[in-house]
This record gives sequence, structure tokens and C-alpha cells, in this order.
Amino acid sequence: MSFLGKLTLESIPYHEPIIMVTLAAVAIIGVIIAALITKHQKWGVLWHDWLTSVDHKKLGIMYIVLAMVMLVRGFSDAIMMRTQQALATNGAAGYLPPEHYDQIFTAHGVIMIIFMAMPFMIGLMNLVVPLQIGARDVAFPFLNNLSFWLTTSGAVLINISLGLGEFAKTGWVAYPPLSELAYSPGVGVDYYIWALQISGIGTTLTGVNFIATVLKMRAPGMKLMQMPIFTWACTWANVLIVASFPILTAVLGMLTLDRYLDFHFFTNDGGGNAMMYINLFWAWGHPEVYILVLPAFGIFSEVFSTFTSKRLFGYTSMVWATGAISVLGFIVWLHHFFTMGSSANVNAFFGVMTMVIAVPTGVKLFNWLFTIYRGRLRFTVPVLWSLGFMVTFTIGGMTGVLLALPGADYVLHNSLFLIAHFHNTIIGGAVFGYMAGFAYWFPKAMGFTLNERLGKASFWCWQIGFYVAFMPLYVLGFMGMTRRINHTDNPAWNFWLYFAVVGAFIILVGIILQFVQLYVSFRDREQNLDTTGDPWNGHTLEWSTSSPPQFYNFAQLDPVTDIDAFTDMKEKGTAYQRRETYQPIHMPKNTASGIAMAACITAMGFAAIWHIWWLAIVGFAGTFVLFLLRAYDNDVDYYVQPDEVARIENAHLDNVARGR
Amino acid sequence: MLIRNLSKPMLAALAFMLAGCEGGVLDPKGQIGIDEKNLIIVATLLMLIVVIPVIFMTLYFAWKYRDGRDEEIYAPKWAHSTAIEIVVWVVPIIIVIILGVITWNSTHDLDPYKPLEHDAKPVTVEVVSLDWKWLFIYPEYGIASVNELAFPANVPVNFKITSDTAMNSFFIPQLGSQIYSMAGMATKLHLIANEPGTFEGISANYSGAGFAGMKFNAIATPTAGDFDAWIAKVKQQGNTLDVEQYKQLAEKSENNPVQYYGSVQKGMFNYIVMQYMHPDSNMKSMGSMDSMENMEGMHDMGNMKSMSGMEGMDHTQHMQHMTYMDAEQHSGLSSSTHSTTEHSSTASGEAE
Repeated sequence: MSFLGKLTLESIPYHEPIIMVTLAAVAIIGVIIAALITKHQKWGVLWHDWLTSVDHKKLGIMYIVLAMVMLVRGFSDAIMMRTQQALATNGAAGYLPPEHYDQIFTAHGVIMIIFMAMPFMIGLMNLVVPLQIGARDVAFPFLNNLSFWLTTSGAVLINISLGLGEFAKTGWVAYPPLSELAYSPGVGVDYYIWALQISGIGTTLTGVNFIATVLKMRAPGMKLMQMPIFTWACTWANVLIVASFPILTAVLGMLTLDRYLDFHFFTNDGGGNAMMYINLFWAWGHPEVYILVLPAFGIFSEVFSTFTSKRLFGYTSMVWATGAISVLGFIVWLHHFFTMGSSANVNAFFGVMTMVIAVPTGVKLFNWLFTIYRGRLRFTVPVLWSLGFMVTFTIGGMTGVLLALPGADYVLHNSLFLIAHFHNTIIGGAVFGYMAGFAYWFPKAMGFTLNERLGKASFWCWQIGFYVAFMPLYVLGFMGMTRRINHTDNPAWNFWLYFAVVGAFIILVGIILQFVQLYVSFRDREQNLDTTGDPWNGHTLEWSTSSPPQFYNFAQLDPVTDIDAFTDMKEKGTAYQRRETYQPIHMPKNTASGIAMAACITAMGFAAIWHIWWLAIVGFAGTFVLFLLRAYDNDVDYYVQPDEVARIENAHLDNVARGR
Repeated sequence: MLIRNLSKPMLAALAFMLAGCEGGVLDPKGQIGIDEKNLIIVATLLMLIVVIPVIFMTLYFAWKYRDGRDEEIYAPKWAHSTAIEIVVWVVPIIIVIILGVITWNSTHDLDPYKPLEHDAKPVTVEVVSLDWKWLFIYPEYGIASVNELAFPANVPVNFKITSDTAMNSFFIPQLGSQIYSMAGMATKLHLIANEPGTFEGISANYSGAGFAGMKFNAIATPTAGDFDAWIAKVKQQGNTLDVEQYKQLAEKSENNPVQYYGSVQKGMFNYIVMQYMHPDSNMKSMGSMDSMENMEGMHDMGNMKSMSGMEGMDHTQHMQHMTYMDAEQHSGLSSSTHSTTEHSSTASGEAE
């Protein structure tokens, strides 16, 4: 065994021009960013104010930055897949051999779900939930910082796989026996395992953290059934995280034992059974899609109620419908493999249970409709995303019920119809929701509003691009085209494949416009400053703070007596109170422990992937020692003195008085 | 029945939707595929009863209650209506109950494991997915083919499916249902072609680099005579599929041409299934292939359930144990085998 394990110079794919050009571009961008930071002398700010921060708002922003970076990576994969399938028709080979193409579709799935959608969702949750419940921070601020860095650690590993070795060629589900050593002897599946395992632990910790936060840290007087609806949706999602992510951890652990220590949980031989993996994977995987979409549902509720200037219709129904979806989401996993040979009774049970989910989902749609009813809907960017969602998601839900019919699934399973369906729900549901939430809470996080025109242009590109890209896939599914195919030779499919690639490029324009929007909005921020902290006339407590909020969030809160707590305060005239005296505020100190521990864990994961055992031991020991040091560190908090609180509060209230 | 009655008028209404879908699952040529297509149409139309109003109401409400239309009623505090709540819960519940009944019935009607009711005597084909090709064994005729499947039209075909590699899915879109192929066990599928033709067959579950080329032609011959002619053509090939030949065939290869084996060593399919089982059972099963013909399918999921009645044993071990003992029993090596009788009677009871 060499000093560097399996790692050699040959591990760098220097004969792959696409990868080398990509790496060169990434390196250049990295150097430019580093140069800009040096030029503006921002390294200290970056380290002290951001990377080591335990502030939920800054962590939220960093999660969203991570999500956007990974969106670019995952979307590049998508464009490559669509162009490959458009070029490799009539038996042509296209430009991506299976060796490369199979890594791309695997990476696309993993990145988009685990490293784009999840960080985006968790970022918004971090930013908003503590503010909505009137808390100073989450229950465990350091743990929150650690969760972020563990997620980033997974993202780092998956990006290293681009330039060192390979990524899994198994599809994002990594079904054994294909993902076992016998069929995937390379490091690709090991990258997959460690990237998901490390980030998954981060996610589990986030779930624990936020459940503790909403249970213990609500504002005085705020009952559970008075929590803002987005917070409720996130709470259900966190229940799902805590209940389902340990299953992922366990199943990846078993796959790790199979691959590293010659166990036989899921192998063909030695008594293994891959069906166990498939069941366990989806016992996590199905709740996972609800983890993604429930917070998005919460965002739509907030957006509709804010921009119709009206209370949310059927709050109680909404809360229980979301809860019902969470519970039901746990007993439908088998619909991912009706074709595995289960008996008719089993398939029928899981089919019917899946359809039952359509009931609470339908209720939510109707409640949004009746929130608009007799309101005054302002057509802002978040509203456009939300209306786009309602139309698009309804179609996705319909095709989902179709797939839940075992008799229909027997012919549609694994076809492009399925691909169209889950993009229809994940893009049309989750991503549209995050985009709405992004535009909605952006001024709160950054202190200025986003450019409306560019936001609307971006929305229309996404919306139209989505239909152009994915409606053809429904058709192709009906025509018998299955997923993960490298090349085709059916002339009847060609037209639809060309059609779909056009859609992908329209979405690309939408993504570019979003980055242009960010640039333009930042450039013109002086004209778009949000001085009052309440740009939309919001209902909930986050809008009672300044934009960006005071680092301690709230100096003091009166007891909450209404679901729309801030509207209630504005109506009673108790909002924006100047107080005579303030109490000292207890705050956590920033710490480098999280980033340092994650660095050690990343080293451990990397070493395990390449069988560099000494480094794996060093990485693990380093993590443990850092953990102990942190555990015995007593210098973790401080008090903000009343005079400083008074100064900050008065400055905000002066701004509000000027702005109104 | 419900499905068939409902579907006729609806079929006509949807004919325009299906134009241009030649060759796919909406252009079925077998009874299972036809039933599945009708099911898709009925379910879609049922759901449109809710979907169309929701989309329409979304756009209409958004337009009607947009900011600036002060003539419309504005009720900022209106947030509850028991009547509306009842309607929005009850309407989806009713639709889901109807869909649920359809689901329950159609899932039983279209159960891939259920033998088809038909006057003609079915043809049995044993299917093996390999890296990256399909092997079809005809136990009744003692022949085998690679990447070409033939059977007479209007005769049920009973497939027994396994894999000697990663998981694949055996799928002929125009005939209907697909079923996974998995190593160490046999799954089942029952299909029929209502008219002669050549249909594309694929693997519908990604299985590695050569997956895209894992295609075969499924030929439904017009008459039984034509099928016999195909059998005769295959039989003319001198080569025999024995264990040695099989191991060569099982090596990785892509885009394989059609290949025929004029004869097949008896019990080949069992050998392929059993090789991942107990280390000893491999040899035993090879030694006793002749007497084992009727015991395939014992590793399918239906039978696993019947095993689960026995407690105190690890499931997988249990399965190997049973395999091993059954092999012994069938080969006559040990007629006094313990508790296997109950299980093997279940297995044979399910054999069609």
C-alpha cells in the first residue's frame, strides 16, 4: 500500500478536454475572487464575520450561496445531458461516451437534490424561522455552524471528484449490486458515499436544532398554533429530517461495510440482497422529497397572504394538511419500485396510500386559492413564482397520481415520463418556492430589494423553459423511451429530444438573468434600500426588525396574541415602540471550531475514498480532538450592553420614522 | 369492467392526444398493454375534473382580485369558512376514493404475476439479463437465443426472469408491464401479443456502461407454424449452451448481435439463479439439474412471504437454507428433509 493509497497522477483525468477546461475555468474564477478579496482587504471580514459566524442569518446566506454555486454545477450537467441526447440520435455516439455520461447524470441528481435544493431550503429556513418566532438565534448556534460546514464538506468532496478520479456511474440512487465493488470497483461510489454521509449528518443535526428551536424559543405568548405558516412547514420538514435521515446514514453505512470490509448486505453473492437497500433508500428518499417541498409550500402561503394583504385562508387546515402529508410521506416508499415483483395487495396498498396524499395537497391548493379570493393581489416577483407553481405543480401532481397507479406505473416506470414528473414537482414545486422565498426575503437579508424587471424576466424564462424542456419528456415516456440512455436510434423520438434541449437553454437564460439581477440590484442598491425593514407590509415578526436585522434580532418583544403577529402590532399601534430601557442581551461568540472540524472530516472522507489510511486516522482524530476542545471551551458567549442595544434600536426606529 | 366501460367514449375524445405516439406504450399490441393504456386514460380524465378547475380558478382569481380593482370585494380578515373547508376536503376525498377503488381492482387485474386466462397453451421463456444483453431460454424446446425473442401471437407467454449482473428491468413497451430482473431470484411476468409484429424490447433499469445497447426484438409470429419454423431455425445451430458456453456469454459485451443456441443444457436457468446461493448448492444444483425443472420461482417475492412464517432465523440465511434443502429433496439425495415440505408445497401450488 503506497503512502497515498490508490491516489496517483493517473487519477487526474487530463485526457478529458471537457473536464480540464472546466477545471481551468474554475481555477481562474477562484484566483479572480481571491484577488478581489485581497485587493479590498476583505479576508479578515470573510473569516471573522462569515466563515466563523454562528449567526443564523449569515449561515442562511452562506447556505444559499452554496446552493447557487451548486446550481451552476448541476445545471451544467443538465445542459450536457440534454445536448448529448439531442446529438446522439439515429445511432450517433454524441460527444459524451457512457464512461463520462453516466457520471454526469449521477452527479446531476445528487447535486441538485442534496447540494442545491437542500442547502437552498435550509438556507431560507435558517434565515427566516428564528426571526418569525421572535427568537435571538437557533437553540444551538454552534451546532448550526457545524451543520453548514458538514454540508459544505460533502459539496467539496463531490467537486473534488470532478478533477481527481471519477464520480459514481450508478445513477443518483446508487442501487446495488451495481454500486458494489464487483460492478463499480473505482472510487466513484466512494465519493458518493462519503459526500452524502457527511452532509447527511449535517442535515440531521439541523433537523434536531430547529425542532428544539421552535419548541423552546418562541416569542412570549406565541402558541404552537400561532406560529407563522412557513415555520410550521419547516417544522414538519424537520420532523421528517430527524425521522428519515438516520435511515440514509444506516443504509450508506451498510454499503460502506460492503465495499470496504467485504460485508454482504446487498451483494449478489454471500447472502446479500439488494432489495433491502432499495427499500431502505426510498424509506429515506420519499420523505426527502417532502422535506424539499413542504417548506416551499410554506413560502407560497406567506407570499399569497402578504401580497393579497389578507390573512391566510384556513391556517388550521394548512397546518394539519402539512402534518398529514408528512405522516403519509413515510408510508408510500414502495411506489418507487412497483415493478420489483411485490404481490398485488402490497402494490395496491402503496398505490392507494400515495393517492391519499393528493387529498391534503389538494386542500392546500384550495386554501391558496381562497387566500387570493377577495384579496388585493400585487403581481410582484414572488407572486409570479407562486402562481407559476400553482399551475405547474397541479400538472405534476396529476402525473404523480398516474404513476401511483401500479397498472400505469408498470409501463411508465423509469421512463422519461417519470423524469418529467419529478422535475415537474421538484422544479415546479420546490425550486419555484425557493425562488419566491429568495425574492421575498432578499431585502430582509441584504437590506435592499431586487430588481423587479429582471426578476420577472427570469421567472418567465424559467416558466416557459420548464414547459419546453419537460413536456417533450412526457411524450417521450409515452413513446417508450427509458431514462439514463446514452444514445438512441428511434427517428420518432428525435423531434422531441431537439424540442427539450431548446427548453434547457431557455432555463439557462433564466438562470443567467438571475445572476444579472443580483449584480444590477447590488449596483443600484442605494436606490432600492429597504429602510423600514418592512418593504411588503408583512404580517409576521421578521418584518418588525431592520433590514438586515440587528445581529441580536429582537431587543424586546411584547407577548404575541395573533398568528399575524406583526400586523396585529401595527393595527394596535404597538409596533415600532421606543423603549426607555433595555436589558443586556446574551449572545453566542463566533468560533472557528465548526470550519476546523469540517476540514478534518473532509480530509477523513477524502482519505477513506482513496484508501489513504494514515490520513483517515489523522482526520478522524483531529475532528475528535477539536470536538473535545470545543466541548471544554467556556469562552463561548458574551453580553451586548443596554446602551449599545439602545443605540442600535433607536437608529432603526429613526430610519423607520423617516421611511414611512 | 368499470375501466372498460368508461374507456370507450373517452378513447375517442382522446384520440387526438395519441396521434404521433406510434410504437410506444400508447400504441399497445397486447392485451395487458391495452388495459394499461385504458387505465392511464381513465385516471387522467378523472383527475382533470379537479385539475382543470384549479388551474382555471388560479388564473381567474389572480386576475379578478389583482391590486387596483377596487370595485371587487376586499375582505382582509376573512380567513375561515366551514362550508368551503368541507368542500375542499370532501371533493378530493371522493375523487381519491374512486381512484382508490380503480387502483385496487386494476392492480389485481394487471398483476404481472397473474397467469393470463386464455385457451391457448402458454409458451414459457426464461429470461436472463447479462452485461449487456438478454438471454432467452426456451425450456420446452431446449433452445436459447440472445437479443431475440420469438413467440406466437395470441398465445400467452410466461416469463421467468433473473439477472446474472446488476438489476435490469425486462420491458417490451408495446406489450405492457415490465418487471425487474435480479440476481439470485426469479421474478415473473405474463404477457400476450394480440397481433403479429416485431416490437422493441429494452432494459428499463440502468445497469452500467453498455445499458443503452441492451435491446432486443420481440417477434410475435403470425401463426404457431411460424413460431415452430423459428424454433427449427434456432435448432439448426450446432452449439450448445452449457455452463462453459454460458460463462463465455456472461462476459461483459456491448451491442451484441442476435445469437442462437440449438440446444441448452437442462436446468440452465436454475443454475444461473442458484449460483449466488449457498456455496454448496451450486454444485448440487448442477448435479441434479434434470430433476429440478419444476422448482424455479421459489425465490420470488411471493414465496419469500410464505417463508417468513418461520421465526428465529435470519431471512437471507433462511432463504439459502431452504434452497439447499429443497435441492436435496428434489434430487432425491435426502427424502427425509425436515421442515421443507410445507414450503415446497406452497411453491408448487403457485406454479402455473
